[in-house]
Amino acid sequence: MSEEPKVEIPTFDMVRTLGLVSVICGVIIVGVFEFTLPAVNANKKLALERQAFKVLPTAKTVVTYFATPSGIVAAAAGQEIPPAGGMTFYAVYDATNNLTGIAAEGSSAGYADQVRVLYAYDVAKQAITGLGVISMRETPGIGDKIYTDQEYLKNFVALDVRLNADMTALANAVKTVKHGTKTDPWQIDAIAGATVTTKAVGRGINESAQKLLPMLVPHIDQLRKPS
Amino acid sequence: MSAPKNFDEFMDGLWKQNPIFVMVLGMCPTLAVTVSAVNSISMGLATTFVLAASCLLVSLLRHAIPKQVRIASYIVIIATFVTVVDYAIAAISLDLYEALGAYIKLIVANCVLLGRAEAHAARNPPIPATLNAFGMGLGFTLGLLMIGGVREILGAGKFFGFSLFSDHFQPWVVMVLPPGGFFVLGAWLIVFAAFKHASNKRNAGLQGVSS
Repeated sequence: MSEEPKVEIPTFDMVRTLGLVSVICGVIIVGVFEFTLPAVNANKKLALERQAFKVLPTAKTVVTYFATPSGIVAAAAGQEIPPAGGMTFYAVYDATNNLTGIAAEGSSAGYADQVRVLYAYDVAKQAITGLGVISMRETPGIGDKIYTDQEYLKNFVALDVRLNADMTALANAVKTVKHGTKTDPWQIDAIAGATVTTKAVGRGINESAQKLLPMLVPHIDQLRKPS
Repeated sequence: MSAPKNFDEFMDGLWKQNPIFVMVLGMCPTLAVTVSAVNSISMGLATTFVLAASCLLVSLLRHAIPKQVRIASYIVIIATFVTVVDYAIAAISLDLYEALGAYIKLIVANCVLLGRAEAHAARNPPIPATLNAFGMGLGFTLGLLMIGGVREILGAGKFFGFSLFSDHFQPWVVMVLPPGGFFVLGAWLIVFAAFKHASNKRNAGLQGVSS
C-alpha cells in the first residue's frame, strides 16, 4: 500500500497575507476617513441648518445640545451621540442672538421606512410651531403630502405640547386622529389616504416630546444666550 | 497585452457580458435605487469605482494570496473600497447619500464584485483585470441608467430632474414604486432577448450561406 503524498499547509503564508491585506485596507480606510471627515461634518451641519431654517424662519445660528436627566450640555465639536439616557436637540437663535426656538427630531416607522421629521418647539407658547421632513421613503404622491398639504401643515401652527404639573410628561399625548375629527389642540388631523404616514409623524413627535421636554423645559433659561 | 485584447476586455463587461441584462447579477440595487436617473448613475459609478479598485488590488496581490484565504481577502478588499465610496458620497452630497441609503453599503454584497475578483482579477495581470472590471462597472451603470431613466420619465415626467411634459401629464406613480422596477427590467430583458434572437438568426443564416 502506497503512502499518500503529504500536502503542505501554508499556515504562515495565510496569516501573513491576511495581515498584509488588513494593514493595506486599514490604512486606506483610516486615510479616507480622516480626509473626508471635515467635508462630511460640514455637509451635516448645512443639512441641519437648512431644516432648522425651514421650521424656524427667523433662525440665524443653530447650536447642538444634549438634554440629559441631570441637565443640559452643549455638544462638543463633532460629537453626535448623546450621553446615556440623553437626547439631542438644537437651540436656534435669531440675528440678535436671542433664543427663537428649539428644534428636535422625531422618528417613527411609516408605510415604507422610518419617517424622520424635525419639529420646532416654541418655548413661550409651549407648542410645536413648525414641521420639516428630514427623510422618508413613503409613496410618492401620497405619503409626501405631509410636507405639501397646507391643510395638514396647519396642525403644526400651535400643536399643544405643554407639560403636566410635575413636569414629568406631556399634559396630553400628541395623537393623530381620523381626518375631520380633530377637537383638541394636541391632536393632529390625519390626511385622508395617507393615514399610516401621518400617524407615524404623530407617534414620532409624541415619543420625542415625551422624552425631551421634561428634561429640557426645567433648564430652558440656560439656553437664552448661545453657549 | 495588445491594445485590441485590452479593448475586448473592456467591451466584454460593457455589452457582451452586461451584468444586468446578460448575466442578470446585482439585482438588489438594480431594482431598489433606480427610481431616478441621478440615483442610477450615482450607484453605477460608485459600483464601478469599487469594482475597478478592488480588482486592481486583487490582481496585484494575486500571487501572494493563498487559495485557502482568498475569499476572506477579497471580501476585506471589496469592503474597504465600499467604505471609501461611502465616505466619499457623504462628503460630496448628503442628499445623494440619503437617497442611496443602505444600498451603498450593500455594494459589498453585490455578486458582480466577488464574481469579478474570483473569476477574472485573481487570474489576470493588473491592466486587463482593471479594464475588464471598469467595463463591467460601466455596463452595470448603463443598465441602471436605462432602467432609472425610463422609471423617472414615466413615474415623474422628468429626466435628470428636468420636466419633460406639460402640467397635464399624469405620472405613473407605480413606476417609482418597487413593482415599476420589475416592469421596466422585464421590458428591457425582452428587448435584449429579441436582439440576441435576431442576431443568432442572422449568424445562422450567414453560416448557411458560407457553407
